[in-house]
Amino acid sequence: MSESIAAYDPKVDAPAHLHPVYDYDSGPPVERGKFAIWLFLATEIMFFSGLIGAYIVLRSGASTWPNPADRLAVDLTAVNTFILICSSYTMVLSLFAAEKGDKGGTLKWLGLTILIGSAFVSVQVYEYIELIHHGNIPSKDIFWSTFYVMTGFHGTHVVIGVIWLATVWVRVLKGKYPPQNYLGIELAGLYWHFVDLVWVLLFTIVYLF
Amino acid sequence: MSNAAIARPLGLDPAGTVHVTHDHHELGFLRKYIFSVDHKVIGIQFLFTGLIMLLFGGLMAMAVRWQLAWPWTQMPILGKVLFPETGGVATPEGYTMLFTMHGTLMVFFVIIPLLTGTFGNYLIPLMIGAPDMAFPRLNMMGYWFWWPGIVCILLSFGAQGGGPAAGWTAYPPLSTIEAAAPGSNWGQNWWLLSLTFVGVSSMMGAVNYVTTIVKMRAPGMGFFRMPLSIWGLMIAALLQLFALPVLTAASFMQLFDRVFDAGFFTPPDIIINNFSPEAGATVDSVGNATGGHPLLWQHLFWFYSHPAVYIMVLPAMGFASDIISVHARKPIFGYKPMAYSMAAIAGLGFIVWGHHMFMSGMNPSVGLVFMTATMMIALPSAIKVFNWLGTLWGSRIRLNSAMLFALAFVAMFIIGGLSGIWMASTPPDIYIHDTYIIVAHFHYVVFAGSVMAIFGSLYHWFPKMFGRMMNETLGKIHFFGTFIFTNGVFYMMHQLGLAGLMRRTADPYAYETYAHLQPMNQFISICAFCLLGWQIFFVVNFFGSMIWGKRAPRNPWKATSLEWETPSPPGHGNFDKELAVYHGPYEYGVPGVEADFVPQTQKCEHVSAH
Repeated sequence: MSESIAAYDPKVDAPAHLHPVYDYDSGPPVERGKFAIWLFLATEIMFFSGLIGAYIVLRSGASTWPNPADRLAVDLTAVNTFILICSSYTMVLSLFAAEKGDKGGTLKWLGLTILIGSAFVSVQVYEYIELIHHGNIPSKDIFWSTFYVMTGFHGTHVVIGVIWLATVWVRVLKGKYPPQNYLGIELAGLYWHFVDLVWVLLFTIVYLF
Repeated sequence: MSNAAIARPLGLDPAGTVHVTHDHHELGFLRKYIFSVDHKVIGIQFLFTGLIMLLFGGLMAMAVRWQLAWPWTQMPILGKVLFPETGGVATPEGYTMLFTMHGTLMVFFVIIPLLTGTFGNYLIPLMIGAPDMAFPRLNMMGYWFWWPGIVCILLSFGAQGGGPAAGWTAYPPLSTIEAAAPGSNWGQNWWLLSLTFVGVSSMMGAVNYVTTIVKMRAPGMGFFRMPLSIWGLMIAALLQLFALPVLTAASFMQLFDRVFDAGFFTPPDIIINNFSPEAGATVDSVGNATGGHPLLWQHLFWFYSHPAVYIMVLPAMGFASDIISVHARKPIFGYKPMAYSMAAIAGLGFIVWGHHMFMSGMNPSVGLVFMTATMMIALPSAIKVFNWLGTLWGSRIRLNSAMLFALAFVAMFIIGGLSGIWMASTPPDIYIHDTYIIVAHFHYVVFAGSVMAIFGSLYHWFPKMFGRMMNETLGKIHFFGTFIFTNGVFYMMHQLGLAGLMRRTADPYAYETYAHLQPMNQFISICAFCLLGWQIFFVVNFFGSMIWGKRAPRNPWKATSLEWETPSPPGHGNFDKELAVYHGPYEYGVPGVEADFVPQTQKCEHVSAH
């Protein structure tokens, strides 16, 4: 049996002192980073599906469910939703500018996206403070439990997105993204669009219905 | 030699260039061994951490076994550490904590990290011919995000009110209302946080694995030229990507229930041990929200944890396939059906979670759907088993330690799988649910199956990892003892289950009906102690071989796949030659070829380019 197993032979088995550097690429014609971010967004979709699924089960199983309009400032949040959707547009404009190598334009539109994202979070924090001030905390009833978990996790995602975009903005300023290589902006943008899209869903089911 | 373009092998389009450089840059100790971005070092970090956690989890199991064999007596050695206040005698709450933590450690800190963390990291780039993972730094973060999880789970032991005691499934209200279980205080919070960190760590790993496999295969390495280990790891990674976030969401909801008194899993009008969550009868509580469903947690939990069962077995199936093919010196029987059936198991795995909940009060007609879907998993599983047998049929088997463990995996998987089929049908489940039958079943799959495959893989890939051969005699002694005692422990549990013995009971003999089962439990416990003690042969062999083992050649087993083309152990960047893949990884005993194997990098006219 042992003869069927190879023994160490320095001529064959010693490492050659060569370090090949690979630059081949297999699979679909998409950058590694973009492929990975889509996988990551798939996990995010499942995460929010868990939260939204639980909400649907809890709401449909409840004997009564309050009308959201009686409890939440729908008008304010509608405006907030609108500006968040606008931020997706400014994000796209920033990417277009980066594609053309227009650094000033990239910084301008990216900065505007960051501002709008921050404004969105600020309005939400204001809303939370008002609600908590009136005693509407997660332990009050199941409506508030679901409300805080869903909007809270979305808000956390917006904060992460703003921080991410801010680091990208600094990198643009330092000239890290030449016209051929603006993938970093695109990845942050994909995440940002995802966060916007989730909000449209959450706004619809939590505030409107 | 620089800029040497590689010829396009056999019509498969991915081709590229390989530059060969001579630069050596020495990294400091910290960057080389601790905060390394090299997938091999990270894999070995996962290996050592996982083995230590295996020891912890094993010791918990020993404490559980002592209590079941000789309840309320002084526990030797472990008792002093676990129950100092009672002088080494287990308490009912302590027992509950023990099996909770045993399950948690074994699932989240041993089996999944050993399979995907260790072998996923180590094997994926080597087997597909890549210099490293797609995102080396993310890979390092994946390992280091596991550590807060370990810290949290260790903190939960010492938490005020005792460790988490709701089972590894953490069913509410046991896990959410303090009056229901004393251990559900901060212990449970640490437990939930720990799971979240482990989840983030797994997610980072899984994104990396899939991206690497899809984007970084060597020229000519088509999907259907990948070893089955890679198929198993890739499908397990996809399961993690799509199932795990749901558990994370559910864990956050439970954390909200516990910390902010939210009401996701607390039904209205519930009263537990004279405590009403709505009124908030305890001193510091002001009342919970209610209106939730305890069953909601079970659905969300099993939506992850049933696919997790396949995360714990698909890579093991892949490793066993490779080990069996190499040491049987035969092509794997039915390569494509093997890959497709892994995908089928994973796909079906998403729609069968309800079979954990037949007796939960779920609508029985839903149970019927889950039952049918569950039984369908028997089909791809059977395809795999018959293909393993077909691979072995008529082969000249090299019966070394790696092969013995791989064969044990197949045998034990058959037993664990068959019990899975009949417990999936709802009528028997009425009788056997929550008995030792269930415990026997999943330990057959996870311990006797996956852990055997892990041992086999360690014996098989040890020469590559550490550049030395393991001792075969010690390996065989390790195998036979482990195999006998494993069956001594878990086979007998089937008998206990048929006699109706319930799981998760600190002292079943308090019930007259079960008093006669104590001798059998004592037999099981003695086997369990021997099983743990027997691992000394592995520990001695494992660490001894690192120092005194024979030098391993590049390809000790005369195997075909790419990891055996590298030096043992491979240096930074893995490969020291150019790579091109011309055929699949299972070319053993090719007619017309003198050597009994054809490496994947060797062009051979007798091998069809499938």
